Amino acid sequence: MANVLNIVQAINQALEIEMENDPTVVVYGEDVGLEGGVFRVTAGLQKKFGKDRVFDTPLAESAIVGTAVGMAINGLKPVVELQFMGFSYPAFNQIISHVARMRNRSRGRYNLPMVIRAPYGGGIRALEHHSESTEAIYAHIPGIKVVIPSTPYDAKGLLIAAIRDPDPVLFLEPKRIYRAFKQEVPEEAYELPIGKAKIVEEGEDVTIITWGAMVRDVQKASEMVKEKGIYPEIIDLRTISPMDRETFVESVKKTGRAIVVHEAPKSFGAGAEIIAVINEKAFLYLEAPPTRITGFDTTFPLPRGEKHYIPSPERIAKTIEDVVKF
Amino acid sequence: MSMRLIWEIREIYIIQNDNCYQLQIFLIRGGNLMRFDIIKPISEDQHYRILDIDGKIINEKDLPNLTDEQLLYLYRTMLFSRTIDEKVLSYQRQGRMLTYAPNIGQEAAQVGSAYAMEKDDWLVPAFRELGAWLVRGVPLKNILLYWYGNEWGSHFPEGVKVLPISVPISSQLQHAAGIGIANNIKGEKNVVVTYVGDGGTSEGDFHEAINFAAVFNAPVIFIIQNNQYAISTRRAIQTKSETLAQKAIAYGIPGILVDGNDIFAMYSATKEAIDRARNGGGPTLIEAYTYRLGSHTTSDDPTLYRENEEVEQWKKKDPILRFKKYLLSKNLITEEWDDNLKEELEKIVTTTFEEIENKSDTEIDDIFKYHYEKMPPQLEEQLKEYKEFLEGGK
Repeated sequence: MANVLNIVQAINQALEIEMENDPTVVVYGEDVGLEGGVFRVTAGLQKKFGKDRVFDTPLAESAIVGTAVGMAINGLKPVVELQFMGFSYPAFNQIISHVARMRNRSRGRYNLPMVIRAPYGGGIRALEHHSESTEAIYAHIPGIKVVIPSTPYDAKGLLIAAIRDPDPVLFLEPKRIYRAFKQEVPEEAYELPIGKAKIVEEGEDVTIITWGAMVRDVQKASEMVKEKGIYPEIIDLRTISPMDRETFVESVKKTGRAIVVHEAPKSFGAGAEIIAVINEKAFLYLEAPPTRITGFDTTFPLPRGEKHYIPSPERIAKTIEDVVKF
Repeated sequence: MSMRLIWEIREIYIIQNDNCYQLQIFLIRGGNLMRFDIIKPISEDQHYRILDIDGKIINEKDLPNLTDEQLLYLYRTMLFSRTIDEKVLSYQRQGRMLTYAPNIGQEAAQVGSAYAMEKDDWLVPAFRELGAWLVRGVPLKNILLYWYGNEWGSHFPEGVKVLPISVPISSQLQHAAGIGIANNIKGEKNVVVTYVGDGGTSEGDFHEAINFAAVFNAPVIFIIQNNQYAISTRRAIQTKSETLAQKAIAYGIPGILVDGNDIFAMYSATKEAIDRARNGGGPTLIEAYTYRLGSHTTSDDPTLYRENEEVEQWKKKDPILRFKKYLLSKNLITEEWDDNLKEELEKIVTTTFEEIENKSDTEIDDIFKYHYEKMPPQLEEQLKEYKEFLEGGK
């Protein structure tokens, strides 16, 4: 029987496989044990692996991440869950001051093989603080990796790679598409390389760099513009930091045009970094100014307004046409 | 005026904890039970103490059973810590050393507690734990190198189970809790000793770490070095609690208020907590009541925030002086022996500092090499560009 999974199931399977393969992997966070997490991503794991390896914690994000530092130093591979990215900030001090620095601080004496999982992004009609995309804040910090999958296949392969990585990984899960679609996924363990982007669609006219839930919206926009004879090349970055610059720089050299699409606010976002790299590495190939389609420089609106905030396929398609016509 | 009976007293208990008297009153109304706790702290002369300021044993039954050799080791280590502080402070004044956080006055709190640890136990320091580092085998060269401004100072030799200095206040306590929880998961018997200052008890991480350790029954000893000041801020401004040790009550764990300038009391209290933790008894909170005789760091001027008279009072309680009086009274040492030891220790510091001074500038590659196991292309590129610039190329 084919192993057809959505993203939630793919992540669950990755955790299950790695816990089976490696007795040092432990999973904990708020409500992840008995309930299996608010999105049920860890469902069934406590029953299978016991309360020593899958457990609920007190409600304290700083301690969830901070204790993971100690556990990783003491020979375990913690995979902790922060319930929403919008609640990661109490743990920010631990992430920036310790998770990211322990290897360098100790000149390699202690490394931290740990994963911090957090659902991120908007579009689920949630309350305040449940819709943020602040990946750029974390990508700015040397010493941690920031990974964002966009499909069940990628989610499983990237999470397994993250758990096996000797360095700490922030693994952001696009919750808008947690259950949006299913995909056939290999049953066994497999790794996708962290720090490597994927060309989702090949095209000649414009390079679109995106990630997470926006990949599907970009694909929809691509279908719209193809009817008008415009063929975009779509790149799913998959890892925000360290960023695979080569893949998008080569693509832009081919197409001469670049658009970055992200859900996060425009200013100082990951798009700014990508465009800076394009200017540094492919300036003489450009036929139009590199462009961003993003959320606004505003707080993410409550549900009645979120449709305006997240770039729609129509908005993306319009920009693609403008850039190609420039 | 009509009076209405609201609550009825059901039971009253008076409990004597190590650090306070606790009056518990249970009230009942209908089916509801309510508990009031009134906590009266023990005054300073009632802190857990074995050796008084005159070097006399006042609590014979708790006097740890240490050999003469062990006693001399403890004294030597305390004096070594003091000597390092004094030498580094003089280097700093001569412009040969950077900012430094001296430990003067807190030697017993650190050496006594760390000496209660076993070989396999973990030490998770803040940044003012010189005495504990020495006991746990951190080489002096590492310590000097760290304060000299080179990360290699924090690369301790294999087998030294000590975490690097943690500067953000209280954040290290989380790591200690995590190491302890991991011990339980792995079924290992070693314990964790971690330190924080009085100021650190106000941080959220202090609460979160002790709460986690308590909930998961982790073998972690939390030692507050209450040296009365967080830079310039007095202990009274950190908390309305009469003592810091009493915070243990809220976490459901044992807490004890110890005379932090008493080497025997610190050893004995920590040993008891460690034994309990090793046998599955969970965490303990120890308040070591002590005093920072020096500055917070060399960047600060303590005369701005405290009276000299206060410092003079605490000098009389100097932990090294007190221990020395005891050893002299036992004829274990002489003044001459002490002078020779001091000279010997000074020489060690001088020689070790010579090994690092003016030859410890950071290698450029090292700045880049240790952020990830494998350097990402971005870093490789930045390193290459910078080297080309230095070589006068590009």
